[in-house]
Amino acid sequence: MEEIRLIEIKEEIHADNTEKANLLRTQLSKSKTFLLNLMSSPGAGKTTTILKTIETMQGKIRTGVIEADIDSMVDAEKIAAIGIEAVQLRTGGFCHLDAFMVEKGLEGLNLDNLDLVIIENVGNLVCPAEFDTGAIKNVMILSVPEGDDKPLKYPLMFTVCDVLLINKIDYLSLSDFNVDAAIARAKNLNPDIEIFTISSRTGEGIEKWTEWLVKEVNYFIHQQ
Amino acid sequence: MHELQVTESILNIALKHSPPDKVKKIIAIHLTIGELSELEDEWLQHYFDYLSKNTLAQGAKLVIERSPIRMECNSCNHRFRIKRDGIKHIECPQCRHQQCTLISGREYHIKHLEVL
Repeated sequence: MEEIRLIEIKEEIHADNTEKANLLRTQLSKSKTFLLNLMSSPGAGKTTTILKTIETMQGKIRTGVIEADIDSMVDAEKIAAIGIEAVQLRTGGFCHLDAFMVEKGLEGLNLDNLDLVIIENVGNLVCPAEFDTGAIKNVMILSVPEGDDKPLKYPLMFTVCDVLLINKIDYLSLSDFNVDAAIARAKNLNPDIEIFTISSRTGEGIEKWTEWLVKEVNYFIHQQ
Repeated sequence: MHELQVTESILNIALKHSPPDKVKKIIAIHLTIGELSELEDEWLQHYFDYLSKNTLAQGAKLVIERSPIRMECNSCNHRFRIKRDGIKHIECPQCRHQQCTLISGREYHIKHLEVL
């Protein structure tokens, strides 16, 4: 009878991706480009928030966008229509972006002319939370129609993000969404998370969020 | 979901550590996965069986140990474990402070292989 042997491994399953993400961060430091990973469920308002954010920061920060979509060009076309450099990645059914896909997206942009690249990740609150994209900051959107209980259902996403944008606050009067409860639940999981309440449609609250972003981008660029 | 991609990484790492001149067959792969991960054990095995066909790992069993969610209190630095359901209300059992930082529960590790 043959003997079963043990081979010790102790290897991180996502090691390749983490290594690639760290490499991207080094490259971005050199090119002085801030990479922001924007995540949310489908329909929370990622594209509209990106458009409003870029519009508000115009003249201050040169921005490019990497769009991830399972199989369409709709979002990239909207961004390109306002004259912003955008790359569309078709994920071909993939539920998230990883650092290898983001690298391809970055290759399609002229980083020397950009201070900030926003990744619009695949609409999903589960998978994108597990994969490091190489971003400097992770930002998520929770929209009012989704409900204030989402931190309880998708804890990992709320744990990995640096910023939470509570979007569609113009719908609050029609909804039983409790902003204080949502904030308390998110802070309970992640005490350091920055929270802004916004409406990408009306522009309410966008100023405060973009002030934070401009400050972070400038800090990053001048630190390098 | 992303079980397929994770399974592919597991298979590649297992094969990388199993040179065909020394390993005839991989019997089992022991993994540690954090309790905060949404991966389903059953689906991982299902995808693994599909991907590992005609490799040294064909028929190998994935033995998955879930590592606990551990938090550290931001006020008194006490470290404690919570269950997945416990995330609904996190509170330091020592000082009742409610701002605590996650220190483990997200990991994905391959520990070891059982081989012939």
